[in-house]
Amino acid sequence: MNTPASFANWKLFWKRWGIGLTTTAVVVAAILYYYARTPQVTEAVLASTLRQSVPLVLGALCGLMGERAAVINIGIEGQMLMAAFVAFLVNVYTGNLLLGVTAGILIGALLGLLLAFMSVTLKIDQIIGGTVINILAIGLTGYFYKVGLSAHGKLNPIPLGPLAKIPLIGPVLFDNPPITYASIILVFVVHYVLFYTPWGLRTRAVGEHPRAADTLGINVYLVRYVNVVVGGALAGLAGAYLSLEAVGSFERLMTNGRGFVALAVMIFGKWTPLGSWGAALLFGFATALQTQLQFGGKVNIPPQFIGMLPYLLTIIVLAGFVGRARPPAADGIPYEKEG
Amino acid sequence: MSEMALEVRNIVKRFPGVLANDHVNFSLRKGEVHALLGENGAGKTTLMNIIYGLYHPDEGDIFVDGQKVTIDSPHDAIRLGIGMVHQHFMLVPVFTVAENLILGAEPTKGWSLDLAAARKAVRRLSEQYGLEVDPDAVVEDLPVGVQQRVEILKALYREAKVLVLDEPTAVLTPQEVEELFVIMRQLTERGVSIIFITHKLKEVLAIADHITVMRRGKVVGTTTPAETSEQGLAAMMVGREVVLQVEKAPAQPADVVLEVRDLHVEDERGLLAVDGVNLEVRAGEILGVAGVQGNGQTELVEAITGLRHIRGGKVLLGGQAVPPRAPRFLIEHGMGHIPEDRQKHGLVLSYTIADNLVLCTYYKPPFAKGMQRNQAAVVENARRLVEQFDVRTPSIFTTAGSLSGGNQQKVIVAREFSRPLKLLVANQPTRGLDVGSIEYIHKRIIQMRDQGAAVLLVSAELDEIMSLADRIAVMYHGKIVAVLEAGKATRTELGLLMAGSQAAQPEAVQA
Repeated sequence: MNTPASFANWKLFWKRWGIGLTTTAVVVAAILYYYARTPQVTEAVLASTLRQSVPLVLGALCGLMGERAAVINIGIEGQMLMAAFVAFLVNVYTGNLLLGVTAGILIGALLGLLLAFMSVTLKIDQIIGGTVINILAIGLTGYFYKVGLSAHGKLNPIPLGPLAKIPLIGPVLFDNPPITYASIILVFVVHYVLFYTPWGLRTRAVGEHPRAADTLGINVYLVRYVNVVVGGALAGLAGAYLSLEAVGSFERLMTNGRGFVALAVMIFGKWTPLGSWGAALLFGFATALQTQLQFGGKVNIPPQFIGMLPYLLTIIVLAGFVGRARPPAADGIPYEKEG
Repeated sequence: MSEMALEVRNIVKRFPGVLANDHVNFSLRKGEVHALLGENGAGKTTLMNIIYGLYHPDEGDIFVDGQKVTIDSPHDAIRLGIGMVHQHFMLVPVFTVAENLILGAEPTKGWSLDLAAARKAVRRLSEQYGLEVDPDAVVEDLPVGVQQRVEILKALYREAKVLVLDEPTAVLTPQEVEELFVIMRQLTERGVSIIFITHKLKEVLAIADHITVMRRGKVVGTTTPAETSEQGLAAMMVGREVVLQVEKAPAQPADVVLEVRDLHVEDERGLLAVDGVNLEVRAGEILGVAGVQGNGQTELVEAITGLRHIRGGKVLLGGQAVPPRAPRFLIEHGMGHIPEDRQKHGLVLSYTIADNLVLCTYYKPPFAKGMQRNQAAVVENARRLVEQFDVRTPSIFTTAGSLSGGNQQKVIVAREFSRPLKLLVANQPTRGLDVGSIEYIHKRIIQMRDQGAAVLLVSAELDEIMSLADRIAVMYHGKIVAVLEAGKATRTELGLLMAGSQAAQPEAVQA
């Protein structure tokens, strides 16, 4: 290749990847610096970052699958909470963790079906549909929860052989419980489905211009249903993560706003799985840092203020980025067939 | 094999209260351009939606290539080789050309989309039919004419043998229309049959092999361009003789009423849509603003009528500076506005005709008595105007939303013209209207001018501008690129200016 062309390529490359590369370099440098100073703390914070990001990234994947097909899902919080509860109950009564997780996924999908029915078939305002799910979940879990139930074990870390022995990277990436691994794999699966398969192309078309999709013989309603239901299953997995992997128990309102933070994560990630993963890690880091600061006990700030950190970040991110990111054009608009 | 690519026999389609298609017969020969002509509401679109599987006919049969078929969905239509280019393009704006092409019929490699195959398909079809387009271009960045090509390619990719073009020229410049006609000829030479829906008589005569005219759900007749004329077609469409050429005396411009100085206006996305426009409209003249849609006309009109924030420059009405965003000031100083989107900005669709007729004056006597409405005056006013402006409605208490487009427009015209006007701003006043209503509204606008009002007429229809305006300003990319005397401007010249051609531009301008 001649010089001007390769120079132009280089410029294009830099324009596209420059910010990402710079950020990565800075982050890696910072991690290595802290690792050199306090290896244990750094490892703990990073491992915690990844685990805190799990429900957020799964929730964001749920949200973006729906919104890419133009169904806004603000019921993620409720889906997660209900799934966490049901997964916990099934585990309590069967003693089986896998059954518990499966039940969580199914209940998430079922609530997704309810949302799809309300917003696609009945064409109810989607915000109201999502709110119905949230209130339903808070009510049902609160009513049926009994103090004193305890889960039979929880999902434990599975070290991936020699990979887990690599310093820093090993304990952070290759010594995690199953749903954490699954969430990372799912990020790439959803990315692949959304951008490299016919289903993804149709989903995005339905989210941008449903009538165009309809005139090409694509079943708009079916595409929306499937995406919202599968999204619900992902939120259900996030719920199972909370009760059976993160804590090993259920508490009232244990989702603690994560379903809503997941929506912020999705927007910050510009409705893409990879972007959402990055955003979820950032929020996960804020949470991990907050915990570290509270219990490390070196900083002289009231814990209530430190506890605000992740939520403060949500507000800042949403205030700063919502205007700039572009949601799918038909987002939130029920589709009416002609004639 | 049949000689007919498509035939419909005795199609009947009823909607509540309306017989949209009344025993319609229509035959499309292989390799011909068959124009389907009719006013709005004549049943053309209903018929096409039946052919494309969007509606189900109540009675009648459809034959494709001599075989009787049932078409229950667009899917069936596509399978039978029927393609449709809708009036509002059915393209996903953020997708590339290749992605739009394959949507719904995607080539795959394993589980993945095969975009390489899609690009190849675009190139192959482009070459085969002479429709040049870049497969990797994002659709929203393409000019309208090219987007239309993508729509045609979409149909060809699905191996359409019958192509329905629904009002394809509405959004094109005269040059783009020429190009489209060349493309249509190339398609028919390759065996594609085309149904060309339109209400523009000149185009029908220029391109069609056969012309079928519909009126009130019925086919009035089928003819050929050789056997008929614009007059003849118009009469068939409307059912009576129509005056196509507007009669008007030479303008007698007096004092300047509207003055626009160095106006800058932004659009919704914050981009400069009006970029330093200067205009002057005098009492007793019509200044026509010509241009392809989306070149800043909407923003210009909204800024002048006080509906949009002005970023820089001035609007003077009768020498007086207009306060920012002050529609009431403008109304009280004698400005009338026929907005571009009559349903969104012209009427409150859920209000009655009577209430819509007092939207500008409801707060003043006689329509207000202190804090109260004077219902008697409102009713009396509505009775008089409905009569005077020939609004066809069952009652003055019918909601505006249930009227036809032409009658909605008449309500707006009645409301605006019932006040003493110094300035009339009319944006696309006849868009989507039938020949009869167009004739009527044109007459009224000329009348307004002759009574001494200044008229600013914005239209994407070159014919409308050329027949009404006394001076023509051409708008392109937010700028007025030329101002011409109406009598001296030719279609070609205006067409080139509208397309932004530098060659045709005289020196820069002050209207």
